[in-house]
Amino acid sequence: MNPMNTPQPGGILIEGLRKVYGHGDTAVEALKHVNMQVAPGEVVGLVGPSGSGKSTLLKCLGAIIEPTSGKMTLGNEVIYDNGWKVKDLRALRRDRIGFVFQAPYLIPFLDVTDNVALLPMLAGLPNATARERALELLTALDVQHRARAEPSQLSGGEQQRVSIARALANRPPVILADEPTAPLDSERALAVMRILNQMAQQAQTAIIVVTHDEKIIPTFKRIYHIRDGQTVEEAGEGRALEEGASA
Amino acid sequence: MISLAGRDILHGWSKFVLTGLGLGLLIGVTLSMAGIYRGMVDDAHALLANSRADLWVVQQDTQGPYAESSSIKDDVVRSVRGMPGVAAAANVAYLTMQVQKNGQDNRVMVVGMEPGLPGAPGYLVAGRHITRNHYEAVADVKTGYTLGDTVRIRRHDYTVVGLTQRMVSSGGDPMLFVPMKDAQETQFLKDNDAIVNDRARTAANPAFNRPGNPGLLEAVQALQTSSRSVNAVLVQIAPGFAPEQVAEPIRRWKHLSVYTLDQMTDILIVKLIATAAKQIGMFLVILTIVSAAIVAFIIYTMTMGKLREIAVLKLIGTRDRTIAGMILQQALGLGLIGFAVGKLVATLWAPVFPKYVLLLPGDSLAGLVATLVMCTLASTLAIRVALKVDPGAAIG
Repeated sequence: MNPMNTPQPGGILIEGLRKVYGHGDTAVEALKHVNMQVAPGEVVGLVGPSGSGKSTLLKCLGAIIEPTSGKMTLGNEVIYDNGWKVKDLRALRRDRIGFVFQAPYLIPFLDVTDNVALLPMLAGLPNATARERALELLTALDVQHRARAEPSQLSGGEQQRVSIARALANRPPVILADEPTAPLDSERALAVMRILNQMAQQAQTAIIVVTHDEKIIPTFKRIYHIRDGQTVEEAGEGRALEEGASA
Repeated sequence: MISLAGRDILHGWSKFVLTGLGLGLLIGVTLSMAGIYRGMVDDAHALLANSRADLWVVQQDTQGPYAESSSIKDDVVRSVRGMPGVAAAANVAYLTMQVQKNGQDNRVMVVGMEPGLPGAPGYLVAGRHITRNHYEAVADVKTGYTLGDTVRIRRHDYTVVGLTQRMVSSGGDPMLFVPMKDAQETQFLKDNDAIVNDRARTAANPAFNRPGNPGLLEAVQALQTSSRSVNAVLVQIAPGFAPEQVAEPIRRWKHLSVYTLDQMTDILIVKLIATAAKQIGMFLVILTIVSAAIVAFIIYTMTMGKLREIAVLKLIGTRDRTIAGMILQQALGLGLIGFAVGKLVATLWAPVFPKYVLLLPGDSLAGLVATLVMCTLASTLAIRVALKVDPGAAIG
């Protein structure tokens, strides 16, 4: 069974998103009228220097902080329109957004399978079903042989693949990846990108990869540059990701 | 849903078990303190029950013979025997002192009693009762004496002819029963040098050595070396009489204080060991606070070491109650391990204590509940910190 055979409707649409920290004279406008669109099955890059607003945008998209104004649509649902349209943001993050972090941040006291199965379990799936789904994902990401291992026993690349499996576990329409290749060498970084692209296509998931990793920037077909809180879209090289390297 | 707390405990079980062991020793001390208090109360009950008395007749306006000193003449017992409702009455004398065996001191309560009457040991675990008027003794097993041992009290040697048990003073000293005459003599018996000195001092006093009063000096000197006093008269009442019904005429006509069993229990438990009970109570409070502080510190430290994981858990949608439950379960787990260890060590080391330590199941149950409540309260600080963790911290 293909774990990605029942994808949720994907896509990200951000319109006129603003985020202002503070009030009055001390107010800082971190995001100024940001517009973005990511289609289902697409992987786009979000690049920019430090302090440009990348993390703020990711936190707004991840329903961690509330934007000041604008509109955000995940899948077919408007989640923010000058105010949250979703009551349970925690459930929104759990069910509709997958996160991949710079470091894998796996839960050290759970084995690999349960790290991945935890999200479906939190969503209410029976343990056995959640573990079955986790094993399918681990197989798809070629780490099924480490299913019973503890995170500390895995290599950096294996840990990152497990964290990708965790992000996919609830079949979210959107994955937000924050510097997912930063700690990896070129070969493994490209392998992670290949996995993300494969997953995006198989599950029709919209993926935003925040990065300033020069190794992977050429792999994006579309890139959003963010500077001073504003995004500019440009076409990427879309360099083909060759088979061979393993993360 | 898997148990996050259980997995975390299993992941770092050695640290958890060692911490639980340390906490357990502290809980063991707490349970033992409670056991010491219970032992004191039980000793007091045993002291009263084993004296087989219904009434304690003592010096007027005193709360003797256990809580205060009491001195009455030894012929009072005869008039008490004649009072209505009195089935039996006997003199008793109590002296807490050091006695010697093979040159080694042992602190005991020497009890002067009349064999077969109230105040005498009710049962023996070995040997026989005292049958001679002098120099025989019955010892509580806690003295460590065995049958045939020779014990030195002041200048005389006593042979242990019988052993009894659970006969201790309110202070926990084991009892050594001797004939009443010997006990009376022991109270005032001095060494030879002191007797010679006293005689010379009295003879030098012209008031006791006047011409025309032959025999006065000898009479005074005889008084100085003998005693007709006892500490109390123990009374058993005849069937059909209420304790107060028998006590009241003795108070009224004999000008003595009389206490019923309930009143004497009150004196021993409420008054005599009240200070000790408060002392132990203070220890219990301090130990509970220290235990709670340790649990709180450990759980807080463990939580602080998992802030990143907690941020990730919150980011991926774990509910606050799941995270709070994880921390609470760990605190309760620590408490349960601690309690199990504490109960075990308290049970193991209780017999080693010199005084009786009584571990009641009810106290253990109360200790378990207190431990769980304490752990719950101690986990609140860590839960507060965990719930304040920003899920955005996982993103950086």
